[in-house]
Amino acid sequence: MAASRLVKGLLLAMMLAALMVLPHFLKYHHQDFLIFLTINVLVVVSYRLVTLTGEWSLIHAVMMGVGAYTSALLTKHLGISFWISLPLSGIVAAAIAAVLCFPLFRMTQFYFLIGSFAAGEAIRLCWIHFIQPFGGTGGISGLAVPELGSIDFFEPIPYFYLVLVVVTLSLIVLYRIETSRIGLTLHAVHWKAPLAESVGVNTWNYRSLAFVIGSFFVGLAGTLKVHYLGTVTPNQFDISLMVFILIWVIVGGYRTFYGAIIGAVVLSVLDEAIRDLDVLRPAIYGALLIASIRFLPSGLESIPQRIIARFRCDSRTEPMP
Amino acid sequence: MALLEVRSLTKRFGGLTALDGVSFIVEEGGIHGLIGPNGAGKSTLFKNISGFYRPTSGDIMFRGRSIVGSSPARISAAGIVRTFQETTLFDELSVFDNVLVGTHKSAASNVFSALFGLDRDVQAEARAEAHAVLAFMGLGDRQSQLAGELPLGSQRALAMAIALASRPRLMLMDEPFAGMNPEETSRMMTLTRKIRESGVTIVLVEHDMKAVMGLCDTLTVLNFGTLLAEGTPEQISRHPDVIAAYLGGVAAE
Repeated sequence: MAASRLVKGLLLAMMLAALMVLPHFLKYHHQDFLIFLTINVLVVVSYRLVTLTGEWSLIHAVMMGVGAYTSALLTKHLGISFWISLPLSGIVAAAIAAVLCFPLFRMTQFYFLIGSFAAGEAIRLCWIHFIQPFGGTGGISGLAVPELGSIDFFEPIPYFYLVLVVVTLSLIVLYRIETSRIGLTLHAVHWKAPLAESVGVNTWNYRSLAFVIGSFFVGLAGTLKVHYLGTVTPNQFDISLMVFILIWVIVGGYRTFYGAIIGAVVLSVLDEAIRDLDVLRPAIYGALLIASIRFLPSGLESIPQRIIARFRCDSRTEPMP
Repeated sequence: MALLEVRSLTKRFGGLTALDGVSFIVEEGGIHGLIGPNGAGKSTLFKNISGFYRPTSGDIMFRGRSIVGSSPARISAAGIVRTFQETTLFDELSVFDNVLVGTHKSAASNVFSALFGLDRDVQAEARAEAHAVLAFMGLGDRQSQLAGELPLGSQRALAMAIALASRPRLMLMDEPFAGMNPEETSRMMTLTRKIRESGVTIVLVEHDMKAVMGLCDTLTVLNFGTLLAEGTPEQISRHPDVIAAYLGGVAAE
């Protein structure tokens, strides 16, 4: 037990170290790609927390935008520093999520899915129609680059390190929540809500809690994204991003903490690798999706488990000396 | 004092009256049976008491206070816990985790405690409690198994263990012996008595008349949503209305 923990810790430390040196070996636009990929990891892991209670929402991409717009408005119009607007963007996303819980969690399953989509579109339409202060379809541009001493966050590598720190800390928090008693209760709410209620679990509270925490972290992710791009527009957070989030989580697998991360990383890298194929790209991407759902219904996360199982079987069938 | 008092409870679903002015009292410390033919309203009554349904009219008093209109979680917090008709477990969780969920009321965590491990003592206590309840129910050696993989008898025992872990005053058992062979039934009857001896009052709905007669101190008989008779098992088995409505049917089979 202690040994496996040590191995896990070492593996994680090695991965982090690898991530820290990786951008130095990459071309400029690949460094960009790495930044967005790291942000997307936070997006899918925070989404996973929401799905733990069994409710698949379609508002997660928009909550990312809520964080992004919050930070854009705070830094641009009020002149607040990025370092303050970053946590505030998460808090505002969480607060709006908390208000939305009241109408949304009166519904479950399919109705919740549609309701969350409608609520998200309503928010997105506000950004388009209220040109003051949201800037309409053009959004808000010229966003401030974070400043800290002499570090120039305009460069991809320092910005990547910033993203890496925020995402790593967020993942630690999300992991601790999932493996705590709260995570157990969220699972209980998912699998048998009436049974959970019968022993005193307020299922509404727990669904809301997961939604609020998930929105907080995706709000942070939104802020990290738009301050690197320098612009925030409503189209960055439309349904196509939401579809990508769903695909990443489904293809990666949603039973383990790392499944969604694998999904986001593998699919994004694949997408990037076939960028040159241009017209064929959506077709290849689609074919990969169909293939993965056909041949790996429990997601990419099941591959390591299968390998471990195979390995254990082999070692067991070895002849005794 | 009566632990539970149901006062002229009525529940209508549209034009259908499932319960029509039912009143009865459950004294503390006993096993109270609720019997009646299919469709008599027994499960509906349970769902009203445990807060899953809201009565159309009437009142339910628990320890002298009305619980009508409270959510299932609130009613559970007050000390009433129900078990479900079909075996209902968290199939995907381990036996131990199932019971650990049952300790929710005494060990629920908030985000900050969870993040910084502030409630370690409370969580350790909850785990100890879960171990104790599993040992009490004779499931001590199955803790790491998935709940969905247990045999039926053990699943029923686990369902009771989950309920018991919430430290109830009153347990509502919905057909705890359904689908069991005689051997499993007698094991479950022993467990039920053990739970009562630990200080939990029990109300159970059951069709297995042998089990009901052997187990219950008092019985309430429902028929078509109304109260037909009340009394000890001996009185009930001799009651002419009951024999006509219910037991007679069994005897004729």
